[in-house]
Amino acid sequence: MSRSFVKKSMVTLPASGIRKFFDMANTIRGVISLGVGEPDFVTPWHIREASVYALEKGYTNYTSNCGLEELRREISNYLLRRYQVEYDYTGEIIVTVGASEAIDIALRSVLDPGDEVIIPEPCFVSYKPCTVMAGGVFKTIPTREEDYFKLKPEDLEKAITPNSKVLLMSYPNNPTGTIMTGRELEQIARIAKEHDLLVITDEIYSELTYTGNHVSIASIPGMKERTILINGFSKSYAMTGWRIGYVAAPEEIAVAMLKIHQYTIMCAPVMGQMAAVEALKNGMEAVNKMTEQYDQRRNLIVNGLRRIGLPCFEPKGAFYAFPSIKETGLSSREFCENLLYEEKVAVVPGDAFGRCGEGYIRCSYAASVEQISEALDRMERFVRQNAACLKTSGMAT
Amino acid sequence: MVEDLKVRLLHALEQNHRIATKTLALMLNVEETKIQEIINELEDVKVILGYVTLIDWEKTGHNDKVTAMIDVQVTPQRDVGFDVIAARISRFPEVKSVYLMSGGYDLSVMVEGTSLKQVAFFVSEKLATLENVQSTATHFVLKKYKQNGIIFDDHKKDHRLVISP
Repeated sequence: MSRSFVKKSMVTLPASGIRKFFDMANTIRGVISLGVGEPDFVTPWHIREASVYALEKGYTNYTSNCGLEELRREISNYLLRRYQVEYDYTGEIIVTVGASEAIDIALRSVLDPGDEVIIPEPCFVSYKPCTVMAGGVFKTIPTREEDYFKLKPEDLEKAITPNSKVLLMSYPNNPTGTIMTGRELEQIARIAKEHDLLVITDEIYSELTYTGNHVSIASIPGMKERTILINGFSKSYAMTGWRIGYVAAPEEIAVAMLKIHQYTIMCAPVMGQMAAVEALKNGMEAVNKMTEQYDQRRNLIVNGLRRIGLPCFEPKGAFYAFPSIKETGLSSREFCENLLYEEKVAVVPGDAFGRCGEGYIRCSYAASVEQISEALDRMERFVRQNAACLKTSGMAT
Repeated sequence: MVEDLKVRLLHALEQNHRIATKTLALMLNVEETKIQEIINELEDVKVILGYVTLIDWEKTGHNDKVTAMIDVQVTPQRDVGFDVIAARISRFPEVKSVYLMSGGYDLSVMVEGTSLKQVAFFVSEKLATLENVQSTATHFVLKKYKQNGIIFDDHKKDHRLVISP
């Protein structure tokens, strides 16, 4: 028998829980999906056109490792204009292949073996595996519905050990849609400074904030030097498939990240970078229009879920609602599987984003008003039928 | 507040007037009865003038209509300017739209008929003979690509995966 060539830690690393559910949903026809983690809009035409022009003009080459100078300058202007954080485009900003790459190189640049990464859950599916692959150890903090799934300072303080090095968080949050206000972030910042932690903040949903402006923790005095700020174009400009993101960090860390990036990726695709320049220069109007649409669908889905008996706190960012399904007596997985087979509606079980997501489901409202309405009707039927079953089985026992 | 709600409601209806009031109520965070009340009021004061459907007649195989855009030059009248003549042109059932334009001519008139001949006849007999109409230039529409913000053959398809993180 030949030996297994696969690295041991890759054998034990679990595959994404979402993947399994995707395989299941993919086999069924006529599914209405509220399970998609990307905008239902296509990239605004003027941005696509910029990329078409770039190709026509022959922009098919490598760019500098850290990205086109023009793009980095636009990113620097944008961060200052929107979030009042100042980054030097010549040494503190790297254009990456999506925010996903940024998360990876950030972790790999700062973790020594055994360093602890504190991650509030529920969270995006890649944070824990990326930590492990970078040689770190993750320590999760469960957050609670009664706190709107926000990171509480006292929970953070309790999670810190002498090995803690990084706090990795993302607000507006996928899957809960929760945000952190400036005041709440100040408390987190105080603890980070007190315990000398580095904060990696994934702000990919920053433009999709519906009640007031997004605040970046990097903008809090004294935080920039201990923050790696990650953002990108996927969600705000509906550019997921372009794979263009960026990371901004103090020069010392940026230098380290750039080494990994240059040896593994070389540079992000140039036509995507050209499109991103156009997005930053002229894309704000399209962003505002899309945000307005999301906001109305947000009301539709949250009010709709509450009406059919699935309690849901108000998500103030991203494009997800995270209702509780505890009263149905089903687990998240059971709920999602049964809903998929019985009513052909796809939503994602909350525990795919961490154990404390059990009892919840992620419903994406990056879908048309018609689709959301139809999905809500189907879910209502499902919840009612389930309640009837629960009642009869309750009487039997 | 109410004004803001009205505007948001109108924007939503302008895109799709078939959205159920129940859905609109959830979207805009107000009671269904309130939505109905506002819609009724907007209809009464003629802010909402009607609800029309955009149809690609080409696809039905029953496209027996001919459309022409006609540039009309008119002599404005004392005190009323272009309004009286424009209103008069608007009354013809063949006329689908009338706009006052800046530039080389005054009124842009869209006429719909069952044949080239019928439209040409309408222009020469009804439109050009009106008092104050100085000249007309008729342009027939050969193919429609986009109307009211909607592209006719958009091949719009959701390419996204059913589930993604």
